[in-house]
Amino acid sequence: MDIWERIPLTSNYAAAYAAKDADIDVVAAYPITPQTPVVEKVAEFIANGELNAEMIHVESEHSALSACIGASATGARTFTATSSQGLELMHEMLYIASGMRLPIVMAIAARALSAPINIWCDYSDMFATRDSSWITMIASTAQEVYDSIIQAYKVAENPEVLLPSMVVYDGFIMSHTYEPVNVAKDRAPILEYIPKNYSRPRLDPDNPITFGAIADPNWYYEFKYQQVIAMKNAYEVLSKADEEFGKRFGRSYGFVETYRIDDAETAIVTYGGLYGTVREVVDILREKGAKVGGIKIRVFRPFPHKELVDSVKNVKHLIVLDRAISFGGALEGPMAMEILTTLRLRSIDVDLYNYIVGIGQRSVTELDIINIYYHASKLIEKGVRLTESIYWGVRE
Amino acid sequence: MSSPSIPIYKSLFDLPREEYFAPGHGLCAGCLVGPIVRILLKVAGPNTIVVTPTGCLEVSTTLYPYTSWRVPWIHVAFENAAAVASGIEAAIKSLQKKSVIDSSRKINVIAIGGDGGTVDIGFQALSGMLERGHRVMYVLYDNEAYMNTGIQRSGATPIMAWTTTTPIGKVLKGKLQTKKPIAEIVAAHRVPYVATANPAYYIDMANKFRKGLLVDGPSFIHVIQPCTTGWRFDPRYGIKISRLATETAMWINWELENNEVFRVTVPVPKRKHVKHYLRAQGRFAHLTDEDINVIQKYVDKEVERINKLVGKEVIGPVVE
Repeated sequence: MDIWERIPLTSNYAAAYAAKDADIDVVAAYPITPQTPVVEKVAEFIANGELNAEMIHVESEHSALSACIGASATGARTFTATSSQGLELMHEMLYIASGMRLPIVMAIAARALSAPINIWCDYSDMFATRDSSWITMIASTAQEVYDSIIQAYKVAENPEVLLPSMVVYDGFIMSHTYEPVNVAKDRAPILEYIPKNYSRPRLDPDNPITFGAIADPNWYYEFKYQQVIAMKNAYEVLSKADEEFGKRFGRSYGFVETYRIDDAETAIVTYGGLYGTVREVVDILREKGAKVGGIKIRVFRPFPHKELVDSVKNVKHLIVLDRAISFGGALEGPMAMEILTTLRLRSIDVDLYNYIVGIGQRSVTELDIINIYYHASKLIEKGVRLTESIYWGVRE
Repeated sequence: MSSPSIPIYKSLFDLPREEYFAPGHGLCAGCLVGPIVRILLKVAGPNTIVVTPTGCLEVSTTLYPYTSWRVPWIHVAFENAAAVASGIEAAIKSLQKKSVIDSSRKINVIAIGGDGGTVDIGFQALSGMLERGHRVMYVLYDNEAYMNTGIQRSGATPIMAWTTTTPIGKVLKGKLQTKKPIAEIVAAHRVPYVATANPAYYIDMANKFRKGLLVDGPSFIHVIQPCTTGWRFDPRYGIKISRLATETAMWINWELENNEVFRVTVPVPKRKHVKHYLRAQGRFAHLTDEDINVIQKYVDKEVERINKLVGKEVIGPVVE
């Protein structure tokens, strides 16, 4: 029995469909480009009676996440979406949502940060949430956005986890591009996968509890350590959730995706929508005889060290394409830094060449990535190891 | 339990005996937030969820692993109590529609914030909550400065008052600006119920809590809360100073129902001079007689305005 209906959706709409099919109880969101169509679509679903949820038309993103915190603490399945400055305005609340162990799910159409103001894509906003204790998945297709949001509820609401979760995708490049997506004809099979469960601790007059007490130096550390454990648990829980999703629905993603990696000497690593371009480039370069493959980091938190190590076991060189800058960092590409740390800690000696691309949605074409590959190949030939990131295509 | 059938309170004996605010908290001796919250929760009863923004009340009542709250309680941050309360109210609505929570059950959602968390940093969230019409009662305990961080000026600090950020220097002496009229700003949102209250007139205050919980929409109760530490007075004089605030008309107890019916609930036929109120507090110790007269003139003007609004003299002339 086919439970799916294949329709053209942008990643924004895919996020909204996922929220609808997860039968969310409360949504609180504020418009911001390029995320806005998510909340518009959710509002439409509610207006048409396709979704029975309360929508709180908050006056800021700070209040959006605050209201989600209140709603989630009351037991509701809660959803929001934002981008860029909106995510920055939420920043304080990110830590409180995770510290209170509330399984809120948020869609993020990744966008550059001001100043100068730029409404287009890069991943500066997501990387700024690095230490906020949110489970973080980065999708590469609209289908993956839909599926990941459903998986996000599965993981976030697991009693061994109880952490909020974000699903991130390229602003505009994905958020406004239509792709064919399988969405559930009826939400029942989805809800069998993520049943509604109101048994977690919540604000209930029949069982009064105090949320958000003050923890002095004698207690605070233990609260934070419990989050460490929860995030560790999320690794296993997400892995199983993805596996079960695959069994039920025929689609699964793993933590790291690879493309033609088996005999590859060099792997091009990236995340988000750019992975599609990387795969095209791998095919083009393979035709020219290059031993190259592609790697996509799908899960950023918890960081997929096992899967990453496994995917690079035969690889000698990594080209990491980063779409954000960690100004003044040991390496200025934030994902490259994570990868390097993972590999060095396990004494895996793979050369890593970090290229910064697509900042503020500067175009990254197939030709750019091909040229990056040849640029890195020359360095590899000469035996040059880089100690800094390369700013590809910038006018210095 | 709060329901439309509960009678108007006439005396302390009409208030429920049950206590939902537990003793053993860490509020300052003589702090009036304790009695305010104690009465508030007696009126509200156990079917209540409370949100408290960061502030004295929050830090003094929930030092882990202890809590003074016998009703469900949440603190999230400083500036967002109204947004959190909005989320709670929306969640209750949604879960009642989906029969997760009994739909016939009325659950009070109450936010209790200080002046900093309400008139300054929490103002945007408050305004949003009022505009959206959530059924939330917001109670402001106004001690007229950031007392939790150690007596810094807020938008609610009255003119000429000493605080640590409006010190008494050779050039500047206390706060230069007047107090933000928050209750009227809330009233401008045209919500169903807005009132000001004073713990020295606790029956009036309790009835205002009661009314605020009965309306179908947002309500706002602005309560004066003399602070022994920040206002610089002996802890035993809190209620006395509270009463003086109303007797001098520095604080007028009024209510506005449905944006139509305005009434002064504690008329003051014979008013005291503001010096009685000001001279009782260390934060005004630097005031000259001339300064006090300036404040008296402000108050006279305000009394005139309020009497005009009511349409008769509810606050009388200064007699002592």
